[in-house]
Amino acid sequence: MSETRWIGKSVKRVEDARLLTGRGTYIDDHPPVANACHAAIVRSPLPHAVIRGYDLSAALALDGVVGAITGEDVARHTKPFSVGVTAPIHYYCAATDRVRFVGEPVVVVVAKNRYVAEDAAELVQVDYDPLPVVLDPERALDSTAPVLHQAVGSNLAGHRRLVYGEPERAFREADVVLSERFSFPKYGSTPIETYGVIARWDPLDGVCTVWSNFMGPFIMHPLTARVLGLAENKLRFIVPTDIGGSFGIKSSIYPYIALMALAAMRLGVPVKWIEDRREHLLASSSGTDRVAYREVAACRDGTILGMRFKWLDNVGGYIRSPEPGCSFRPTGNFVGPYRFQHLEVDASVVMTNKSLTGPNRGYACGHLYFETEGMMDRLADRLGLDPVEVRRKNLVQPDQFPYRTPTGGLYDSGDYPAVFDKALELARYDELRREQAKARAGGRYFGIGLALAVDPSVSNMGYVATALDPQFRAKPEYLPKSGAVDAATIKIDPLGRVIAILGTTPQGQGHQTVVSQIVADELGLAPQDVTVVDEMDTFTRVWSISSGTYSSRFGSVGTSAVALAARKLKAKLVDYGAHLMELPVASLEFRDGAVRPRSGKGPSYSIKDLAGRAHWNTESLPEGMEPALQATAVFGFTVAKAVDAEDRVNSSNTYGFIAEVMAVEVDPETAAIKILRYVTVHDAGTIINPMIAEGQIYGGALHGLGGALYEELAYDEHGQFLTGTFMDYLVPTASEAPPIDIAHIVSPSPLTPLGSKGLGESSSMTVPAVIANAVSDALAPLGIWINELPMTPSKLWTAMDRARRAGAPTVRTGVSEPLASFSGHPRPKPASRTPLP
Amino acid sequence: MKPPKFEYHAPTTLDEAIAALGRYGGDAKVLAGGQSLMPLLNFRLARPAALVDLNRIASLAYIREQDGQVRFGAMTRQRTIEFSPVVAQRLPLLKEATRWVGHLPIRTRGTIGGSIAHADPSAEYPAVLAALEGEVVARGATGDRVIRAADLFQTYLTTNLAPDEILTEVRLPAMPAGAGYALEEFARRHGDFAIVGIAAVVVREGQRCTMARLATAGAGPVPVRLRAAEEILEREGLGDAAIAAAARRATELVDPDADIHASADYRRHLAGVLTKRALTRAIGVARG
Amino acid sequence: MVTVRLNVNGVAHEGRCEPRKLLVDFIREDLGLTGTHVGCEHGICGACTIMFNGEAARSCIMLAVQADGAELATVEGLMRDGKLHPLQEAFREHHGLQCGFCTPGMLMTALDFLRTNPAPSDREIREGISAVLCRCTGYQGIVNAVRAAAPILASGR
Repeated sequence: MSETRWIGKSVKRVEDARLLTGRGTYIDDHPPVANACHAAIVRSPLPHAVIRGYDLSAALALDGVVGAITGEDVARHTKPFSVGVTAPIHYYCAATDRVRFVGEPVVVVVAKNRYVAEDAAELVQVDYDPLPVVLDPERALDSTAPVLHQAVGSNLAGHRRLVYGEPERAFREADVVLSERFSFPKYGSTPIETYGVIARWDPLDGVCTVWSNFMGPFIMHPLTARVLGLAENKLRFIVPTDIGGSFGIKSSIYPYIALMALAAMRLGVPVKWIEDRREHLLASSSGTDRVAYREVAACRDGTILGMRFKWLDNVGGYIRSPEPGCSFRPTGNFVGPYRFQHLEVDASVVMTNKSLTGPNRGYACGHLYFETEGMMDRLADRLGLDPVEVRRKNLVQPDQFPYRTPTGGLYDSGDYPAVFDKALELARYDELRREQAKARAGGRYFGIGLALAVDPSVSNMGYVATALDPQFRAKPEYLPKSGAVDAATIKIDPLGRVIAILGTTPQGQGHQTVVSQIVADELGLAPQDVTVVDEMDTFTRVWSISSGTYSSRFGSVGTSAVALAARKLKAKLVDYGAHLMELPVASLEFRDGAVRPRSGKGPSYSIKDLAGRAHWNTESLPEGMEPALQATAVFGFTVAKAVDAEDRVNSSNTYGFIAEVMAVEVDPETAAIKILRYVTVHDAGTIINPMIAEGQIYGGALHGLGGALYEELAYDEHGQFLTGTFMDYLVPTASEAPPIDIAHIVSPSPLTPLGSKGLGESSSMTVPAVIANAVSDALAPLGIWINELPMTPSKLWTAMDRARRAGAPTVRTGVSEPLASFSGHPRPKPASRTPLP
Repeated sequence: MKPPKFEYHAPTTLDEAIAALGRYGGDAKVLAGGQSLMPLLNFRLARPAALVDLNRIASLAYIREQDGQVRFGAMTRQRTIEFSPVVAQRLPLLKEATRWVGHLPIRTRGTIGGSIAHADPSAEYPAVLAALEGEVVARGATGDRVIRAADLFQTYLTTNLAPDEILTEVRLPAMPAGAGYALEEFARRHGDFAIVGIAAVVVREGQRCTMARLATAGAGPVPVRLRAAEEILEREGLGDAAIAAAARRATELVDPDADIHASADYRRHLAGVLTKRALTRAIGVARG
Repeated sequence: MVTVRLNVNGVAHEGRCEPRKLLVDFIREDLGLTGTHVGCEHGICGACTIMFNGEAARSCIMLAVQADGAELATVEGLMRDGKLHPLQEAFREHHGLQCGFCTPGMLMTALDFLRTNPAPSDREIREGISAVLCRCTGYQGIVNAVRAAAPILASGR
């Protein structure tokens, strides 16, 4: 391992100069193709209807209109996308015969500019026959509910019952069994830059080139090629250097890539479409809204024996890949940081007349930990234990790593108790409890929440097959899937400086900076000697199915490819140096930017010396050495394996850990929640750039807070969308963002050359849990448990008002049960709890 | 989200503006700061035949004191009001309210006339106009008329301005020296329109209250003067019991609607809470 | 069609467009200044914020024709003598940006904010920059940058 002069330093970002001066290159900035025409999309105003016909005449007659494509073109000239379940769901890039949610694309109008395109879109007449609507995932499974996809016969897109260990026995033998119903809201990513696609079709060479701010996974490239009927080497995806944020959502742009490619192919002009904010809120993507039933079985000392999860995940009108990742993305870390071995998961993936879902920062982990950590507090409450104690008792211990979870996860490294202790210490937990006692005595609602989470990074794409029955996966024609791969190329120029070429699609994570640090350390250079080129192009970059910048993968898989490419080059330089010095390779090493004798005695060759000679005089190379100084490395995790016959899968490749403590006070009159203290401690292995890492934590935390308090993609009971503006869909501003105390513990990953793990999703997955627990704790005197998000002041006040009217609580009730009725179900409170068996 | 086509007029005098407006017989819209109208155009929720832009009528931007009133040209920017010494001295309630209006780059464009003519019941300026018993001047083809706050607001986003009239001036009586005031607002995020807001003014003589004013934002289709609650204070003074009684009365005087941000019951409850808080703070700063 | 003559970052420009053309589209498409971004087109996110006659304003809810005769400043005009403006430098130093998409609007808003409030508290900074939405940073880096830039800008005038 080389010395690390740059890794671990808060090196200022090389990206910043261009982004601060207005010279970024985002999709909407620099037209890569001349004379692009502009598309506007006609979208369904109805949540569920049969399409009877289209009348485009007025639109096409408008001056400046180039043409239009409808669902008929889509049905005739494209195939439906492959979906992640076996149910016969035909998901095309636009509605063909039926619309299934408000905002579904129906017609694309192309004109000389966007103004005219929108004028024309208003003139398109679509004849609809309305159908009954269903929005709630539980209702959608009633036999009387309207069915969205006749061929499926119900609204169930998929269902799996996964059993790990012996949950029946665990629940039979438990001293205490608790259950709770949770509901998690539908919220999105809302990057400030919306989707953008520019498509060009060249009929002579049969190549379709699409520029877009797609972030990967590039598994969507072959899927899209198939839809368009193109060979994969005839469909070119190019992603500009700068993407204006994503947080998961730009993985789901690919149906629009297909739609605009089709428009370009049918109309014979390059087509540009920049999604507007209304479209983005209405129909881009979001996390699922979920109804969850949780059960925990435990001993009276707090040891958890097992859990049961029953989920209804609402994926909207169709199921769009990589869904049902909403249910299965965290398979390997279903048990979180806890040691219990017995688990039953009953996951139903349900279709309703809402917009489609997909990855959103923390993909499904916000849901998972909101429920699990909520159950931990309920268990502590029931047993009369401190919530710290009940968590400590169940944590995976440092000597258990690498730890194999019952669901197949392989936690690579960690010291969970140390991280937890650090968080408690930073938060001054005992002092907070004393403050709370004082506050409660004064009638104030002061609460302390905890949340622990295993932070899974670098998805193993094999997890998606968990959605399929093992019998299906066992068929000989089934192709198993696995992998987590990224590539990098490094070139040394004749003056010994470096160009590093990536095929990643960063959305603000500072890849150029981080790569310059790694290469500088590996090759003994300064970061400014390293130019990093990062513009994904499927025709010119080295990539594979799992490439892309998603699932926090750059911090471990991308950085590993870079380090390995540099090491390949170093080995070559040592070989070359040995040849020049006429010394055995074993007697030399690459150190401080030069090939030197290990003995420290004798001459050395600097990287500049070697580069000049190698480039200018190939005769000086040893026999058999490839000329030029460049290396490409493709890093793939060997622990990424296909799901096994028992539904076990290592769904991620590196696993960090998060421990959080939050103190809040709830205003007794307005129900406003004030965050008094918020501590988050992370273990993401080696941290390459602490400044960038902390930036990710701040952003992730606020995204989680948005989901917990402010953000919800809401519909009325008729399926009309209510939050189509930033006046109604509330993204937190700086005034809502709490100060955060951040600390790190470092347990390097044994699986990556640098020991790093991902942390891009970070606290987005813990904040919903920690603040819900803090508010539950604050409102314990009223007997209220938070089991539904977002905690709007109106909703919270209604629950508080009801509790106060009912007098001193004899039971603690949920904020809601069933959905939004706020009635609550009985739960014994400590003072009157039912005797343990 | 691009605006539909419209004809555009940017007159430099008020007469030209009124004439232009008249030509469209109600199909034209007046463009002031544009902070509400332009989003409606971009969403194509408004599709006027023409826009009559007042931004080039220099004579519509002023703040002057006259007859015990502070008079604002309709095109006076909110940011000008925020930093106006006259406003700070004569209308401290308006200054406080201005800080709640949107955000800095909204206030640089947003105008007092536009905010009031737009008549969003959640907005701060209509509540202040109601609380201070202000009036506006509207000019049409036949000349000026003065409209009292109580008569101006009809329902959501609707005033009794005629389609060919332009709101030209806002008149607010200078607050009595030493009057206590407060604007308490509850919103889900900083800078949002109020879920509920309460503007309060009190004039005290010792524990006696010689004048109380309370008006709402966000608690119904128009700003509501809480006269019956004011009377409690004027009758019973400024003690805690009177404040509590006024707050209770406030909840009975409002008839809010529900939306995705808040239920009607919660809004009603907030009207009481914020009345109490606004009065407590107003009394705290009142001299006399 | 209307003619729009204006001055942007000290340079005179002239263009012709429909009256309905949004100022931000005019700046980006007709003047080729793509540093100003479009984020919501309804005046909430603030990515399109520019200086209009010396004050921060949302260019997505203004018409290009309204800028006839106006002086505009955009993010492209902040550098002086090939050097980053102190506020830009502070954003770099304090990690006040990640994806950079909100950054131009954030810079313009912060500049106007500091003009009228040269020594703000953290609370005031947060309120001031609440005018612009950022999804990446959680705002902490931006608050730090504005706080750090305040005395430098104050001493510079």
